Amino acid sequence: MGQTLVEKIWNRHVVTTLPDGTAILYIDRHLVHEVTSPQAFEGLRLAGRTVRRPELTFATMDHNVPTDERTVIRDPISKAQIDALAANCRAFGITLYDLGSARQGIVHIIGPELGLTLPGSTIVCGDSHTSTHGAFGALAFGIGTSEVEHVLATQCLPQTKPKTCRVEFTGRPIPPVSAKDLILKLIGTIGMAGGTGYVLEYCGEAIRSLSMEGRMTICNMSIEAGARAGVVAPDETTLEYLATGDRPFAPKGETLERAAAFWKTLPSDPDAPFDRTLTINASDVAPQVTWGTNPGMVVDVTGRVPDPGQVAGYSRKDVEQALDYMGLVPGTPMTDIAVQTVFIGSCTNARIEDLRTAAKVFRGRTVASGVRVLVVPGSQQVRAQAEVEGLDEIFKSAGCEWRQSGCSMCLGMNPDQLTPGERCASTSNRNFEGRQGKGGRTHLVSPEMAAATAIAGHFVDIRRWP
Amino acid sequence: MAMTPFQSHRGVLATLDRANVDTDQIIPKQFLKSIARTGFGAHLFHDWRYLPNGAPNPDFALNAPRFKNASMLVTRNNFGCGSSREHAVWAIQQAGFQVVIAPWQERGGMRVPAFAEIFRNNSHKNALLTVELGEPEVDEIFQMVDRYPGLEATADLDRQRVILHLPEEIAFHFAIEPAVKERLIHGLDDIGLTLQQEAAIRAFEAKHDPQLRR
Repeated sequence: MGQTLVEKIWNRHVVTTLPDGTAILYIDRHLVHEVTSPQAFEGLRLAGRTVRRPELTFATMDHNVPTDERTVIRDPISKAQIDALAANCRAFGITLYDLGSARQGIVHIIGPELGLTLPGSTIVCGDSHTSTHGAFGALAFGIGTSEVEHVLATQCLPQTKPKTCRVEFTGRPIPPVSAKDLILKLIGTIGMAGGTGYVLEYCGEAIRSLSMEGRMTICNMSIEAGARAGVVAPDETTLEYLATGDRPFAPKGETLERAAAFWKTLPSDPDAPFDRTLTINASDVAPQVTWGTNPGMVVDVTGRVPDPGQVAGYSRKDVEQALDYMGLVPGTPMTDIAVQTVFIGSCTNARIEDLRTAAKVFRGRTVASGVRVLVVPGSQQVRAQAEVEGLDEIFKSAGCEWRQSGCSMCLGMNPDQLTPGERCASTSNRNFEGRQGKGGRTHLVSPEMAAATAIAGHFVDIRRWP
Repeated sequence: MAMTPFQSHRGVLATLDRANVDTDQIIPKQFLKSIARTGFGAHLFHDWRYLPNGAPNPDFALNAPRFKNASMLVTRNNFGCGSSREHAVWAIQQAGFQVVIAPWQERGGMRVPAFAEIFRNNSHKNALLTVELGEPEVDEIFQMVDRYPGLEATADLDRQRVILHLPEEIAFHFAIEPAVKERLIHGLDDIGLTLQQEAAIRAFEAKHDPQLRR
């Protein structure tokens, strides 16, 4: 019987299996950021341990960083955390892309940019959106701080083998429907816990037709369906991405040829058994907008705010609580909902392609009066590239704020936050209560939808956009 | 370092009647800037628990006086979803809880686990016991807590039972993976266990090329 992509990666990384059945899995890449690592480094010190493979460990600061003036961090507690990461990296010999680095950015954006994210590898980070890296055919998942300490000390993690779910997107999304709409549709279909315990392998014509950026958007939000990880089999698109651009850690020349031959062996065998299979017709998917307080509370842009008794998978009370928080009335057309803020950024949608897409919508237009728009590139590399292409000028002339890179308003750990009651169209990944600022109301959308919403001042069906 | 073992715990039950409680609610972002492992208990469920003026929110379930000394939290499906922040587990423990009970759920013919996966892993690394029961069982606990203020329960990990200390005791059996149970009961040092495999790790590293450079 054949093997799945996940089984192939899994088998290649099992160091040993303990008598209790736990596998000790080897970790090829460990990405570290400032928020979930200080207690792990402290734990190492208290136990008199050290970092086993500092050359496989890479760090950046992204969650806490200001996106306006970077040289001065006004919040002393944020500054202490950023300084702690720098000190820990120095002490343990870990490569750090700090605020002065041209390669700093959101950890899940710089990993692929640097060529650290490779097919067939295992990647972990103390961050749930580590699933992003699965777009390259890597087994990549988020871990907690105790596990960060575990990987620092041993380069391994005790793991149980995940179940696998094959998610096939048949047909092709009809532009301007994008990768973001496909993943929101999936989460709306299976629910925000529907993938718990599984690795989702995305396949089908729609996935094959997506760029690496689009695949990363999809894998990124696997965790919003509760999945341990998401993966896409490597193909020519993957190889092309890794073979081009300035990716210092990607294999080159003969090494690349050998690596590429290995990567070709990774896709799931045709007869590989999956624990579960799902199919979604991508050509039927409409632009998506969330209405509630989790990413599974989502509807077509042509839809309406639902009636509390009519939402599959949620109790009346769940929906009433969500609508109360969101300040929405059942039956309201989604396109009647006005926003005060638009956030274009995050590890979900702040790569160069996302910014190009948004800029295309903004070109020659202006942001609706009273709407604040933040465009926060995912990395300094994305920012520099956007400036080479003149995208920053398009954003600025439309009335958007053009920022430095970081996680920013996706979680509002830095000063970029919503105020109570403020409504936001956001290209990020979580519309949880208070996520973007206490009392803030988040609607998740694609970059295209976010840009059009900024111009109209309310949600619009971009398929009917002038 | 060795973890505090978890064998059995008896305490007052508190109920939080919400599904899909995410870790952003359990410990909001503004408290993640700390570089310490302590000091999170006062901020558990901060945005629900306190009014804008800082006073306790009387409408938030866990602020009820009868839950004041509770150490076992009973809640709904998919608890701990979202962000991987282990601070959520630290906050729950530092607010006095040692056990969290939630139901698995059936959706679309599939079994949806009671706890989000990263949260559950993080709990077990800190000796916070997560107990997964069926929905009717959790419903019954909710009802009994309403009917008997101050109701206590025991979570007995060795026998995998939750016992409600009612005039006539009720016991529910729960499932847990043998490896997780073993580590919790003995408070085993996870990192130490892996380090015992040093020879195997070295042998693996001799043949494995993580950077695909060979």
